[in-house]
Amino acid sequence: MSNIRLHYDIDGDDFTRAGEASAAVKKHLRQLGVSPNVIRKVAIALYEGEINMVIHAHGGVIDVEISPEGVELVLADQGPGIPDIAKAMQEGWSTAPDEVRSLGFGAGMGLPNMKKNSDDMKVETTLGVGTTVTMRVNMD
Amino acid sequence: MTVNDIKQILDCEVITGEPYLSQEVHTACGSDMMSDVLAYVKEQAVLLTGLVNPQVIRTADMMDMLCIVFVRSKRPDEDMIKLADARGIALMTTSHRMFTACGLLWENGLRGGSEVK
Repeated sequence: MSNIRLHYDIDGDDFTRAGEASAAVKKHLRQLGVSPNVIRKVAIALYEGEINMVIHAHGGVIDVEISPEGVELVLADQGPGIPDIAKAMQEGWSTAPDEVRSLGFGAGMGLPNMKKNSDDMKVETTLGVGTTVTMRVNMD
Repeated sequence: MTVNDIKQILDCEVITGEPYLSQEVHTACGSDMMSDVLAYVKEQAVLLTGLVNPQVIRTADMMDMLCIVFVRSKRPDEDMIKLADARGIALMTTSHRMFTACGLLWENGLRGGSEVK
């Protein structure tokens, strides 16, 4: 089986549509017969990342590669960058404005949730340039 | 407990998803913070929330939840109902407040998905 590659452009202006790419990836994985445990991990990690892109970075692009060994997720944005990654990785630490909290996010769980649900996560960020998060979820 | 049992216990009005009422529910989560739902709930099935926006449906979908109960008589809009229909999620509304709604379900034997073992 050749690897399957998926690409999504994430609109940073439409919070109501945030999560559509994650739902589409979830559907692909289900059609491929991937185990429910792996699907859930990918869904949560990607959805949190997609929400983050919309909240903090005015959108971006998501590339997904599905191989027999696992699922690689690359989320790249041209947002403000993360000033202190160590803090951003702490549960409960958030820079999200109140309006984001009123939408049910910004609890400071995004990056920790992404790390918890991926087998490997790398965050590359440059202030004023953008952030790229690469996550890998291994097949069971 | 089934979705229909929850409907009876909380005196819910079903907004959409009548066909799913017979589904078995094992656990519940009550929160207005979707990131907390994504972080803590494991073997979940029903979400109780006072938050009303499309991300509630999307979060429930990501977690394979069967049903969302909106507390304090809150109601989803048409777009949310359409999204829930597309994802196969039942929506109900109850006049109970969050604490009371969770308490009633607990009293009837429903548990959270992430208790310390």
